[in-house]
Amino acid sequence: MSTTNKEIGPPVIELGVMGWLRKNLFSNWYNSLLTISGLYLLYILIPPLVNWIFLDANFVGSTRDDCTNEGACWIFIQQNIKLIFYGLYPTEELWRVNFVYLILLISGIYLLIPNLKRKGWVGAFLLIIFPIICVVMLSGGLGLEAVETRLWGGLFLTLVIAGVGIVLSLPIGVMLALGRRSKLPVVSLLCTIFIEIWRGVPLITVLFMASNMFPLFMPEGVNFDKLIRALIGVMFFSAAYLAEVVRGGLQAMPKGQYEASQAVGLTYWRMMALVILPQSLKMVIPAIIGSFIAIFKDTTLVLVIGLFDFLGIIQFVGTNPDWLGFSHEGYVFAAAVFWVFCYAMSWYSQRLEKKLDTGR
Amino acid sequence: MSSELMIEMKNVHKWFGELHVLNDINLEINKGEKIVICGPSGSGKSTLIRCINRLEEHQRGNIIVEGTELTNDSRSIERIRGEVGMVFQQFNLFPHLSILDNCSLAPIWVRKLPKAEAKEKAMEYLKRVQIDDQAHKYPAQLSGGQQQRAAIARALCMEPRIMLFDEPTSALDPEMIKEVLDVMVGLAQGGMTMIVVTHEMGFAKEVADSIIFMDEGQIVEAKNPKDFFDNPESERTKTFLSQIL
Ligand SMILES: Nc1ncnc2c1ncn2[C@@H]1O[C@H](COP(=O)(O)OP(=O)(O)O)[C@@H](O)[C@H]1O
Ligand SMILES: [Mg+2]
Repeated sequence: MSTTNKEIGPPVIELGVMGWLRKNLFSNWYNSLLTISGLYLLYILIPPLVNWIFLDANFVGSTRDDCTNEGACWIFIQQNIKLIFYGLYPTEELWRVNFVYLILLISGIYLLIPNLKRKGWVGAFLLIIFPIICVVMLSGGLGLEAVETRLWGGLFLTLVIAGVGIVLSLPIGVMLALGRRSKLPVVSLLCTIFIEIWRGVPLITVLFMASNMFPLFMPEGVNFDKLIRALIGVMFFSAAYLAEVVRGGLQAMPKGQYEASQAVGLTYWRMMALVILPQSLKMVIPAIIGSFIAIFKDTTLVLVIGLFDFLGIIQFVGTNPDWLGFSHEGYVFAAAVFWVFCYAMSWYSQRLEKKLDTGR
Repeated sequence: MSSELMIEMKNVHKWFGELHVLNDINLEINKGEKIVICGPSGSGKSTLIRCINRLEEHQRGNIIVEGTELTNDSRSIERIRGEVGMVFQQFNLFPHLSILDNCSLAPIWVRKLPKAEAKEKAMEYLKRVQIDDQAHKYPAQLSGGQQQRAAIARALCMEPRIMLFDEPTSALDPEMIKEVLDVMVGLAQGGMTMIVVTHEMGFAKEVADSIIFMDEGQIVEAKNPKDFFDNPESERTKTFLSQIL
């Protein structure tokens, strides 16, 4: 007898299109039922939507009278695009906003391209120098004409509030989380109280307080900009939520990591910065991004204190007598833009998670 | 007296709540001495060596490491931690850093060595424990034995004068125990002062100057290996030895 000692590979699974369909969509009667009802639902929903948004829609023209087709009247958005994107920001100064966008775009693309060098420097630039550029460019100074924040609006305002809220709330949230776990009872108590108060109050209340009550506590004559007050409110609100997310990550850290860091002589702050936080923040990336997305969408609440964010201004232009009756277009457009930003964050979060994965 | 006293424990006591974990520990360890500590689980072996680098705080008595008494003063704790390296049962490598970065982290941030120099030195020690070819991998990509050797290299990179080992081979598959013990034997032959909690009696016979048997928070017996195995005095030691040999 001869034994053939051939290499045995893994079994080859030949599926093809039909095989895939059978395995995933029609494996048994209820799976088939779900597939068919799903298809039917898509059949009754998609075509009318596509017709309204694209095929029957009106794209060219300058007044409502040009909207003769049955579908959406995108001329409404197009004619108000400056308001929707920039609010009342003076037209001659718009280049300043666009300049800031441009810097952000270039640095963002740079950071996203893999294997480029000096990303740390670009990151540091974005976190330290870029904010200064923003303040000067957007509100004026150094020879640039001042633009009051009450003129800021639209998508631009939404991005300012969400951006500042997101960027500042993370470090504050981390500090609060560390404070809450501190061995010093006073620090721990203060952080706990701070976190629980902010988490116990709806954002809308925070904004009302920031706008109406805050000035009452301030000495006569001291008058903070309304936008800054809203920013502070959003920032602390978001920080309190993030603090709990981060605390969850800290609690999931094995004790051995603290002990090993101490044994090699790292002091508390170095241990946190170099060993504990990198790992625990990585663990809670999805939840952190979830908080960011929530904050991004919650910025729409600033309308209640008279700031016209992206959604607010779309609603506002819808009340213009020239454009009455186009609120559907406005909301669909707003939803699409919000979705793009939120999905981008979600996508980035997944990418980051994959990139930072080093196994356990 | 030609020998230099490295660690001195005088009447050390420690409680966890009501539990008396260390009960009147007295111990003197000279430079270059190798001490093996054994004893049943829960007898306080880990707690004893963890008191030496202040991972645990003792409540009574004095612990003096290289002339510095351990108190709440954080500067003396830092100084002592710089002199004392520790290897854990579960390795406790930093999973988010490559093996090389695990080793160079503390030299860079605690010893303030320039990055290049710290990495160079880390490579040297990784070569010594024979995993320099794994330097750029992450801990999760290594076998248990390799991880434990990396952990030893990480401790050595701080150039400690004393090394503590807390059951370094207990979490390893049998076929990997030898590679770790070999590294430890090499270290012992190089003259390192070592305290090793282990039940590897072969290792104890080969390198220990003195073997300590602990039970219920007390040092029951402390002898050189020959006497320890041949003429144990206490009944508890005899019972323990009969169980593990
Ligand atoms: N952090 C702790 N809190 C409370 N009890 C502890 C703690 N660490 C250890 N112990 C207890 O102290 C005793 C001695 O523990 P340990 O020093 O780890 O023993 P060994 O290393 O000899 O097995 C055990 O009973 C253990 O349960
Ligand atoms: Mg133990």
